[in-house]
Amino acid sequence: MERPADTVADSAGRGVSAVAEPLLAVNAIEVVYSRQAMVLHSLSLSVPRHGIVALLGANGAGKTTTMKAISGLLRSERGEITKGTIQYDGQRIDRLDASRMAARGISLVMEGRHAFGGLSVEDNLRVGAFTRRDGAAAVAETLDMIFSYFPRLKERRRSHAGLLSGGEQQMCVIARALMARPRMILLDEPSMGLAPQLVEDIFGIIARLNREEGVTFLLAEQNAAVALRFATHGYLVENGRVIRDGLAAELASAPEIKASYLGFADEGMAGFTERKRWLT
Amino acid sequence: MSPLSFFFEVLIGGLLSGVMYTLVALGFVLIFKASGVFNFAQGAMVLFAALNFVGFTELGLPWWTALMVTLAAMVVLAMAIERAVLRPLLGQDHMIVFMATIGLSIFIEGLAQLIWGTDVRGLNLGLPEDPIFIGDILVSRADLMTAAVAALLVLGLSLFFTLTRIGRALRAVAEDTQAAQVAGVPLGMIWAVVWSAAGVIALVAGLVWGARLGVQFALTLVALKALPVMLLGGFNSIPGAIVAGLLIGASEKLAEVYIGPYVGGGIENWFPYALAVAVLVFRPTGLFGSTGVARV
Ligand SMILES: Nc1ncnc2c1ncn2[C@@H]1O[C@H](COP(=O)(O)OP(=O)(O)OP(=O)(O)O)[C@@H](O)[C@H]1O
Ligand SMILES: [Mg+2]
Repeated sequence: MERPADTVADSAGRGVSAVAEPLLAVNAIEVVYSRQAMVLHSLSLSVPRHGIVALLGANGAGKTTTMKAISGLLRSERGEITKGTIQYDGQRIDRLDASRMAARGISLVMEGRHAFGGLSVEDNLRVGAFTRRDGAAAVAETLDMIFSYFPRLKERRRSHAGLLSGGEQQMCVIARALMARPRMILLDEPSMGLAPQLVEDIFGIIARLNREEGVTFLLAEQNAAVALRFATHGYLVENGRVIRDGLAAELASAPEIKASYLGFADEGMAGFTERKRWLT
Repeated sequence: MSPLSFFFEVLIGGLLSGVMYTLVALGFVLIFKASGVFNFAQGAMVLFAALNFVGFTELGLPWWTALMVTLAAMVVLAMAIERAVLRPLLGQDHMIVFMATIGLSIFIEGLAQLIWGTDVRGLNLGLPEDPIFIGDILVSRADLMTAAVAALLVLGLSLFFTLTRIGRALRAVAEDTQAAQVAGVPLGMIWAVVWSAAGVIALVAGLVWGARLGVQFALTLVALKALPVMLLGGFNSIPGAIVAGLLIGASEKLAEVYIGPYVGGGIENWFPYALAVAVLVFRPTGLFGSTGVARV
């Protein structure tokens, strides 16, 4: 069943603060893989300027698919947006090639890290600046800014990224995304496979980047407990549909979230180790 | 001549002929590394490049003009392949793209012969014919110059990969295509660059092989010489292609001279494959092939 566009916009706007136009608006998209498997059903969400929005859901809910739809990566996976639109800063981006997004100001940090293992950390970061046209001096300045957020990366700038620890690799790919000076970063499961303290550190840096550099974030997470602590808004996705959304503080106590055990299994961090339950 | 000098003479001759195998293998490796596709058309590109060069010189162009025009033709060919073959097949299985390169090879062979005809043409690069002595070892000067050109080519390519913005992006695509795309690297442009580089390598290979065998259809078969090199060196390793090419060149010549008499000669045709298979038993990814530095 398709919902009329106006109700959709309404549902997307619900719970979002009074900022007039969101930076990103996903309007009732439907995504089909290989012409047969429909994975997203009329999914809508909006991300306010300078906000941090959490996209929550269990394994297979459709978080990564949503991120790929926004960043134009579906095509290379034989996926297709068959209905709906995606608007960024008031312009449609759903027909754009993935490589055009960085120049527009959107950077995706893919699930599972994806550092360029055979390249040095610094080369990884320089690839992140591929689309910039503002000169070497400006790029060097961004590099310094990034190293101030990630001092660990500065120490390891000459190592192959493939030899970094999991946490350092996660920092490396976030840093790489920042090199494009994006207005918005899509972050797919930054906590995956990291120790609780490291998860705290990384979310802390996200919050600082949001506060100090004005970067807008859309975070896909299974670890709802942590994500909602740092986010302003949240969406809960199940089987490719948004089943609940609202202010982060309200969502944290919502029965749907509790019921789905997303990071709240034994309250707080313990839920992190329980995640694999959702495979069954 | 002492047996030891003779051994070194065979060894050096073998290493130098190995350079020619490496030249052909490099074109394959480059494309495989950047896109995971085994380009069946590499042999056809060697023929296409050599035919163009010979054809243009026969039209009366000076050799360096012919060289530049052929280079341009290889770049145009690369861009056309990206546009007409690779882009529409984006996201398809590698096997499908491989099949497409089989079609491509037939197309390129046809195109080359349509333009330049099917006659066997001689190609004289004006390389010195007379060998020189190093100590009491006889070395072919033409082979030495070929090796020098190949070394320059490899040096140029590796500087390009490590020092330039496009080169860095190209390595990023080779490592992780999607992550490179979201970093803003346009795949189409990178593929056009990679296929152009493979075209340049095909040109150099076409010239040195063409000078030796004559420029003719059989030139596409030099691709067969590259296969054992890649099996041995790994499909995605440039150092692997270099070392394996030299290794195969040297060992097949040594085998021909020292084992050949006992088995009635003709070793050169099968020895590289036997060597490659023997190594694969112990190292399935080849000497240098890897699945990348990874730690998770
Ligand atoms: N390339 C693809 N082709 C076909 N189906 C796919 C493809 N990628 C994902 N899917 C399916 O789409 C659904 C949603 O997957 P998605 O990766 O978006 O979930 P997710 O919420 O990110 O899960 P996780 O938390 O495990 O990362 C799953 O049922 C998955 O099997
Ligand atoms: Mg996912």
